[in-house]
Amino acid sequence: MTVLELTSNRHNPGIDPLLNAWGWEIAVYLFLGGLVAGSLILGGYRVLKSPRRQAGESYPWGPLLGVLLLSLGMGALFLDLGHKLSVGRLYLTFQPTSPMSWGAWILLLVYPAMLAAALLYPPERVPFGNAPLARVRAWSEWVHARPRLVQGIGIANLAGGAALGLYTGVLLGTLGARPLWNSAILGPLFLISGMSTAAAVLHLLSMVGANAKQDSFGDLLLSGLVRLLNKDTGKSSMVRYDQSFMTIELALIGLWMIGLLTSTTAHRAAAALLLSGAWAPQFWSLVVLTGLVAPLVLQHFEFIGRIRHTVIPPLLVLFGGFFLRFIVVGAGQGSHW
Amino acid sequence: MARFAMVIDTALCVGCSDCVVACKTENDVPEGFCRDWIEEEVRGTFPTVQLTIHSSRCNHCSSPPCVSCCPTGASHVHEGGVVLVDHGKCIGCKACIEACPYDARFSHPDGYADKCTFCIHRVEKGLLPACVAVCPTHCMHFGDLDDPESEVTQLVRSRPYHVLTPEAGTQPNVFYLTRGR
Repeated sequence: MTVLELTSNRHNPGIDPLLNAWGWEIAVYLFLGGLVAGSLILGGYRVLKSPRRQAGESYPWGPLLGVLLLSLGMGALFLDLGHKLSVGRLYLTFQPTSPMSWGAWILLLVYPAMLAAALLYPPERVPFGNAPLARVRAWSEWVHARPRLVQGIGIANLAGGAALGLYTGVLLGTLGARPLWNSAILGPLFLISGMSTAAAVLHLLSMVGANAKQDSFGDLLLSGLVRLLNKDTGKSSMVRYDQSFMTIELALIGLWMIGLLTSTTAHRAAAALLLSGAWAPQFWSLVVLTGLVAPLVLQHFEFIGRIRHTVIPPLLVLFGGFFLRFIVVGAGQGSHW
Repeated sequence: MARFAMVIDTALCVGCSDCVVACKTENDVPEGFCRDWIEEEVRGTFPTVQLTIHSSRCNHCSSPPCVSCCPTGASHVHEGGVVLVDHGKCIGCKACIEACPYDARFSHPDGYADKCTFCIHRVEKGLLPACVAVCPTHCMHFGDLDDPESEVTQLVRSRPYHVLTPEAGTQPNVFYLTRGR
């Protein structure tokens, strides 16, 4: 029997025995970044499709929720930095070969796009500060009087969302030292997964807010989100969108695995980590079955009226979306040449 | 322009770890970390097995993925092709650690990415890297690969050698001489 035995006296923390430099912070950031990217795309589509505000609609809460979630994600990324006080260095340069540099600038550019979309549809009322709201309304009318500007805001949201969603996958995909990540499929996969989780959040909130009263701030927020894409078909729209996104996501995972399995020995070993190796139980149970197949089946039966609508499918989609990132980050670091 | 390289004769290396200790002392490497290390490889079919020992470190690749992925320009290629990290520019994102197929980098307790520098502070004074200078079997050699008369050029011309993980496409500049001519 041929033997190959390697022994090393290297013992660097975070590197040995298995690379573990990126932890849960990166998975949280990739998950929230993808979710916000999805909501930017859906929101941008909404702006282009129906520039005028619908009666009773409180659209700004969608983009404002995006601002909050993206800030949380960036907070997780900040926690992961070893040299936190130097974070401003990201914005003193642009490194065209570094996806992380692209991402830093994309993150900075999507904030104004989200805020512009939020200000496009000011709410009827807010719990406090109605005087500033009047100024926002005046600004909103000024923008609405210029259709090309409204169109520009919609396109900025669509493009910003696509760039943000793709970048979260490209960031990993360009790290050729980790064969599991070294695939161009990761960009589209994380983008579609982000759109799926964004649709799930809106679906979830629509379920909670469907019967909301309009006399409280919280209910106002939820009922506004119900009509995010279409005034009277919020819930079923979200289910249809989510079903499409999850089907594409399953197909992309399949293509990703085919790409790896037909490549080098290192890439085949990387695919085996997910399909039959150390990460297989988590991957199959948490991502494929719980996060994709189960919500697809449940939502299908909900859609044809066999079972009643519950919050379970969108919750499962969110659960699967997070664990997709968590497992890809963890397993990728376990793959090597 | 110089292209610094290291040549390690695996037929002479005995794995004494002198190079590891010299590096830690010279570069004040924090306790629990190392910039270079010893690897042993047993390969073959019993009873015809072969033990190979060698000292490993950053390969100062000519196509360094750690440099291209750095978002701040902290990881850069210095004169002579030496890959360095500007500690003041490094934000500690660890992308370079993920990008290195040799796992040669680590996160310094002060937060920045750290690794072998080929002892550039010594080389610029005309000295050899600390690990090369102390090697008791003289298995390690350092020099300019672009100089046809240099010792490292002569060695890679005259002896069979290999580099680590050539399939990763990084074009490493640490060469391992193997037995025979």
